Amino acid sequence: MTNRPITQSPNRLLEVKNLKKYFPIRKGFFRTTIGNVRAVDDVSFFINAGETLGLVGESGCGKTTASRCILRALVPTSGEMIFRTKEGASADLAKLSRAQLRPLRPQMQMIFQDPYGSLNPRMTLFDIVGEPMYVNGMTNRKERVERVAELLRLVGLRPEYMQRYPHAFSGGQRQRIGIARALSVNPRLVVADEPVSALDVSVQAQILNLMLDLQKRLNLTYLFVAHNLSVVRHICDRVAVMYVGKIVEMANTLELYAAPKHPYTAALMSAVPVADPRIKTGNVELKGEVPSPANPPSGCYFHPRCEFAAEVCRKDAPAFREITPNHFVSCHRADELRLPGIG
Amino acid sequence: MTPLLSVQNLKTYFLMDEGVVKAVDGVTFDVHAGQVFGIVGESGCGKSVTMKAVLRIVEPPGKIVNGQILLNRAKQNGASDVIDLAQLDANSKAMRDIRGAEIALIPQEPMASFSPVHTVGDQIIEAIMLHQDVNKREARKIALQQFKDVGIPIPEQRLDEYSWQLSGGLRQRAIIAMALSCNPRLLIADEPTTAVDVTTQAQVLRLLRRLQEQRNAAIIFITHDLGVIAQMASYVMVMYLGLVMEQGSVDDIFHAPKHPYTQALLRSIPTINMTPRLNLPTISGSIPHPFNKPRGCPFHPRCEKSIAGKCDARVPALKPIGEKQLVSCFLYHDAEVSS
Ligand SMILES: Nc1ncnc2c1ncn2[C@@H]1O[C@H](COP(=O)(O)OP(=O)(O)OP(=O)(O)O)[C@@H](O)[C@H]1O
Ligand SMILES: Nc1ncnc2c1ncn2[C@@H]1O[C@H](COP(=O)(O)OP(=O)(O)OP(=O)(O)O)[C@@H](O)[C@H]1O
Ligand code: SF4
Ligand SMILES: [Mg+2]
Ligand SMILES: [Mg+2]
Repeated sequence: MTNRPITQSPNRLLEVKNLKKYFPIRKGFFRTTIGNVRAVDDVSFFINAGETLGLVGESGCGKTTASRCILRALVPTSGEMIFRTKEGASADLAKLSRAQLRPLRPQMQMIFQDPYGSLNPRMTLFDIVGEPMYVNGMTNRKERVERVAELLRLVGLRPEYMQRYPHAFSGGQRQRIGIARALSVNPRLVVADEPVSALDVSVQAQILNLMLDLQKRLNLTYLFVAHNLSVVRHICDRVAVMYVGKIVEMANTLELYAAPKHPYTAALMSAVPVADPRIKTGNVELKGEVPSPANPPSGCYFHPRCEFAAEVCRKDAPAFREITPNHFVSCHRADELRLPGIG
Repeated sequence: MTPLLSVQNLKTYFLMDEGVVKAVDGVTFDVHAGQVFGIVGESGCGKSVTMKAVLRIVEPPGKIVNGQILLNRAKQNGASDVIDLAQLDANSKAMRDIRGAEIALIPQEPMASFSPVHTVGDQIIEAIMLHQDVNKREARKIALQQFKDVGIPIPEQRLDEYSWQLSGGLRQRAIIAMALSCNPRLLIADEPTTAVDVTTQAQVLRLLRRLQEQRNAAIIFITHDLGVIAQMASYVMVMYLGLVMEQGSVDDIFHAPKHPYTQALLRSIPTINMTPRLNLPTISGSIPHPFNKPRGCPFHPRCEKSIAGKCDARVPALKPIGEKQLVSCFLYHDAEVSS
C-alpha cells in the first residue's frame, strides 16, 4: 500500500487530483482505437470527513463515471485519489491492486438510484443486508441476524421483515433496504448516485430525512450525485458542478446558489423550476446542445453556448482555480462577471 | 363560457383476474381554451389513465365504466357542438378524426411517439396527410415549418433522420412538432420533461408556453414535479388514488391549499429558499396498493386531520369553496359522493 503522510488538511477524507477516465472508441475488425470518450476529463476535488459533497450536472457529464472510479468499480485512466483510511494512513485508490483494495472496500459503499433493479429479487432481506458482512468476515450467523435487525431498525424497517423478499416492499422501503445494505459494513464514505430521483415526492422526503439523520448519528461522509438542484441545496454542504467531463465550479452550497461564478452554473440555476408561481424562473435561455465528450470543443468546453465567450475562451482551456477561499471555478472571466443566482 | 373539454364523473377500471383496479374513480374537471391545465399527483394516482380515457386509448382490460367526456367543437358559424367521447366507439372514424387532429398527445414514454424504422419526417408527413387534405409535398412543407417553429436547427436534414439519431432534447422537440402538426385545440402533454435535463426542460417549457400563447390552444400538462406545475400551469388539479382532491388557480394551490394532501405534498418538498438540512415534514404511511383502497376518503389513513366516523366511512364530494377552488374534504363541507 502506498502510505505517505497527509499533505492536505487533516479534515480531508478524499482528495481527487487530475482524475481522468477515458473510454476508447474502437472500430473495425482489428478494433483499433479511433478516439476516446472523455467521460471524466481531468477533475480535481476533495471531500471533508463528515460532510456532503453534491455532484451535479446534466446527463452524460460524467457524474456516475467519476463516482465509480472513486469506488474503483472502474479503473481510472490517470490521476490520484488519496483516501484517508480508518487507521489514518493515506492510500491512493487509483494505484492500488485488487488485493490491496480489499481491506479498504468496506469503508466505501454505494447507494443506487433504482430501488427496483438494484436488489436481487431472489434474496431475502437478511441475505441482502447480511451478505456484505459475511464477505467481510462475519461468519457467525447469529451475530449477523442481530446486526441485520439493528440495521433494519436504523433505517426504519421492522426486523420481522428479515425473511421477506424485496418484491413485497414499496419503492421507498426498497431504498431503505439498499441503505441498510450499504451501511452493513460500517462505511465512512457513502456514494449515493441519484438516490431519490426515482421516488415520489412524499417518499423522497422520508429518504432525505433518513440520510441526514444517519449522517449525524454515524458521522458519515456523502458524495451525493443528483440532478434536482432543490434537493441538492437541501442536503449538501458543498457542491461541484460538472460539464462535459470537467468540474467547472465548486463552492459552499449557499454561496454557489446565491452567487455563481461560472456562466454554466448560473444557467443551471436559472433553469430550476421553483415551486412557487409568484417567482418566475427560466429567464436565462441556454441555447444549443451539450457537446459530445468524444469530441469536445476547443478552449473552454462551454464556450459555444456561453453568452460571455471571448476570444481567449475559444483558444485556451481555463484553469480550475480558487477565486475566493474555498470557491473554485474554471472560467477566464470569472473575476469580472456578476451572475444571477437563486435562493 | 362552455369549456373546451368537460369531464364528468369519469371512471375507468382495469378488470383483472386478481381484482379490479379502480384507476380513475369519479374524476370531474373542465378545461378552457387558452388554459394550461396542470395535473399533479404521485405515481399511480391515475393521471395517465384519465388522459388515455379522454383519447379513448385505454388498453384492455381497462374500460370506461362511467362518466362523460364532453368535447366542445366550435363550428364555422360560431355555434357550439358538444360531443361525448365516452359514447363513441374507440376505433370509429369520428374518434380517429379527433385523435391527433383536435386533441394531440405527447405520451409519457417518448419512445412510443416514433417508430424506429421510419424517418421522423415520414411519420409526421403521414400524420398530416391523415388529417388534412394535402398532398405529400405540401405535407412536407407543413412538417418543415413545424420543425422550424419548435426551434430544431437544420430542420430539412433532421426530417430525414430517425428518432434514435436525435438527442433527447431534439427528440422531445420533434415529438412536440408532430403533436402540433395538425393544429390541435387541445394538447395533452404527459410528463413531457421527465426524461430530459433541467436546461432542456426549461427550453421545452418555454416552447410550449409560446406555442400555447400564439395558437390559443389549451394544454393539459401532467407532471409529478410541483416546481414544473408552479411555473407552467394556470389552473391545477391534484389527484390521489384515482380521485380529485383539489382544484384551483395555480396561486390558490400553492399559496392557499385547502386539502390536507395538497398541504402535505407542498410541505414535503425541499424548496430553493428554505433553511437547508432541517427535517422535511413527511406524510405518514405510504400509498396503498390499488387493490386495497381504503374506505371513505382515500387519504384518511394518512391524514392528520381525519375525522373519525366520517372520513373513514364516506367519500367526500368535490365541491366549490371559493371562486375557482374546489376541494373534496369533510373539513370544508358535508357533501359526499352518492354510491
Ligand atoms: N462503459 C462505457 N463505455 C463508453 N462510454 C461510456 C461508458 N460509460 C459511460 N460512458 C460515457 O461517458 C459519459 C459520461 O457518462 P456518465 O454515466 O458518467 O454520466 P452521468 O453524468 O452519470 O449521466 P446521467 O445523469 O445520465 O446518469 C457519457 O457520454 C457516456 O455515454
Ligand atoms: N394496463 C394496465 N393494467 C392494469 N392496471 C393499470 C394499467 N395501466 C394503469 N394501471 C393502473 O392504474 C393506476 C393508475 O395508473 P396511471 O398510469 O394513470 O398512473 P399515473 O398517475 O400516470 O402514474 P405515473 O406518475 O407513474 O405515470 C395504477 O394503479 C396502475 O397500476
Ligand atoms: S471561460 Fe469563457 S466561455 Fe467559458 S464560461 Fe467563462 S466566459 Fe464562458
Ligand atoms: Mg449517472
Ligand atoms: Mg403516468
